[in-house]
Amino acid sequence: MDKKESIDLYREMVIIRRLEERAAELYQQGKIGGFLHLYIGQEAVSAGISSVRQPQDRLITAYRDHGWAISAGIDPNAVMAELLGKVDGCSKGKGGSMHMADTELNFWGGHAIVGAHIPLAAGLALGDVYQGNDDAVTICMFGDGSTNIGFFHEGLNLSKVWNLPVLWVCENNQYGMGTAVDRASAVSEIRQKAEGYGMPNERIEGMDVMEVRKEVSRVLEKIRKEGGPYLLEIMTYRYRGHSMGDPERYRDKDEVKKWEEEDPIGIYRKELIAGKIATAKELDAVDEEAMKIVDDAEAFAKASPNPDKSTLFEDIYVEPTPVEYRGYALERESEGR
Amino acid sequence: MTRMTMREAISKALWEEMERDERVFIQGEEVGLWGGTYAVTKGFYDHFGEKRVRDTPIAESAIVGSAIGAAMTGLRPVAELMTINFAFVAMDHIINEAAKLHYMFGGQFKLPLVIRAVSGGGRQLGATHSQTPDAIFAHFPGLKVVSPGTPADAKGLLKSAIRSDDPVLFIENATLYQTKGEVPDDEDYLEPLGKSKVQREGDDVTIVAYSKMVPAALKAADMLAGDGINAEVIDLRSLRPLDMDPIIASFKRTNRAVIAEEGWRSYGVGSEVSSRIYEMAFDYVDAPVKRVAQAEVPLPYNAELEQLALPQTEDIYHAAKEVLNG
Repeated sequence: MDKKESIDLYREMVIIRRLEERAAELYQQGKIGGFLHLYIGQEAVSAGISSVRQPQDRLITAYRDHGWAISAGIDPNAVMAELLGKVDGCSKGKGGSMHMADTELNFWGGHAIVGAHIPLAAGLALGDVYQGNDDAVTICMFGDGSTNIGFFHEGLNLSKVWNLPVLWVCENNQYGMGTAVDRASAVSEIRQKAEGYGMPNERIEGMDVMEVRKEVSRVLEKIRKEGGPYLLEIMTYRYRGHSMGDPERYRDKDEVKKWEEEDPIGIYRKELIAGKIATAKELDAVDEEAMKIVDDAEAFAKASPNPDKSTLFEDIYVEPTPVEYRGYALERESEGR
Repeated sequence: MTRMTMREAISKALWEEMERDERVFIQGEEVGLWGGTYAVTKGFYDHFGEKRVRDTPIAESAIVGSAIGAAMTGLRPVAELMTINFAFVAMDHIINEAAKLHYMFGGQFKLPLVIRAVSGGGRQLGATHSQTPDAIFAHFPGLKVVSPGTPADAKGLLKSAIRSDDPVLFIENATLYQTKGEVPDDEDYLEPLGKSKVQREGDDVTIVAYSKMVPAALKAADMLAGDGINAEVIDLRSLRPLDMDPIIASFKRTNRAVIAEEGWRSYGVGSEVSSRIYEMAFDYVDAPVKRVAQAEVPLPYNAELEQLALPQTEDIYHAAKEVLNG
């Protein structure tokens, strides 16, 4: 990586962090509804993987997807607008926090049913194999919690039986909601589950973005060369609760503090300075720049209009299909009552 | 036109669409080497090869989920579920993914996907393998649910489903596979999705049916004709979207209706259709609408008990007589 790329990667991680901190504030102010699952603490994973993902590599993830949306290249304005449910959001305000995607960027969401996107990922890879896109790898992200549900096992098995080029990546942030891995999973290392499917696997550390980058790059090239699936377990940690409504009774503050000392942004910052790639002053300027981008995203999202009422019935189907019931309130309105 | 069974009509539709479009492929349990558990895909594996006729593990979430993923990349998969009872194992992928992804991501994803499933009882398969839960799937906006009652419609509707850019659940009835009818030979013979069809004209009573209840309703109409009663038989063909136009037009003439379905009555297809008749044609009602449906029990294995629970031609006949006398 040259200096610009190194600093871009730093900026990306800081944008994710600041945007999510802002989202938490907006959530508390009632500007963001529904669930809000923050990625804070895991930025090195999305930034590291995305920095080595090739344009032909499809990416699909679960509901903790803001970091992935930014790393995939979605404009922070569109991410923030989606969080606020506005028409300029990346899913036109119909998906919300958990359903962000941009197919132009080969980013296929943002899926909120635990583990359900795992068989979809096998299908994405099948699509590439079928169409002769030999150079493409599907990267499927999921949490440790989703490795205990059937979808995971059906998806892994199919990918091995059909020899599909999928990089299965477990982001092990050590808790499935509030339940620690060893209280929910029969094996303590998620990577062991790949053994049952005869699938190559390994566990790597996920707090140092350069480490993630290096390891994932190696594995992606291996899949490109040899074909077939591979499972990576990446050890990481989320500093915030599972979602904004999490009382966090399941872990103590010292544990969180210990991990915060290994903050992925802090680690990378130190590396950049120690390696004389950037000065503290330069990085401070990037921090300010990131803050400005987030300020702008908030302003953009707030200024973006709500989707028009007529969009309620848009995109249910691709083909023109009659709307059967408009709902009582809309019927009253259309009849002028 | 060629006279053929519904099984042959479905098979022909699949074969022609696979010949026509390289993006169409099929996957499911035993669709390949075995030739299909109901022999619908017999000969496909040898002709199209293992790339396009894909045997899967017995894992319905993987079958439907990977078909969704493949459809997202622009392919047009036809995923076969050996029976609709196994669709419950893939329920999340049918309901939470197939029916939602287009809308939920603001129209970005297209899912040109067909899920074929075999429904219906009457073969002594016991309670878990004999259900007709079609109405459940028709509950969800975003999914299209189609179920033919004649061989010709089976061909024309399946071809339309495969060419559709929307996810379609195509429900076949196992006990209809051997029924015969005239089927157009045209390789571009398409029946529109979401359109009901008058299968027999009449002015005295409207009988609404779909799938296996269509031949039953036509037989009942023959019996009624013997009594001097002209029944109109309307085949829904599609449960979502549901086309009420021919039904309301008919009801406004007959003022009396019977709705026949093989599934259970509570929260069923008949409930929906009769509700809409009352909403859309209340002033034309001369007698309460009657619903003919399955007895509300898990289907028993014993053949006599099973047939006792399933709706029969005679039930439709008697229900029609009752609404006429009512």
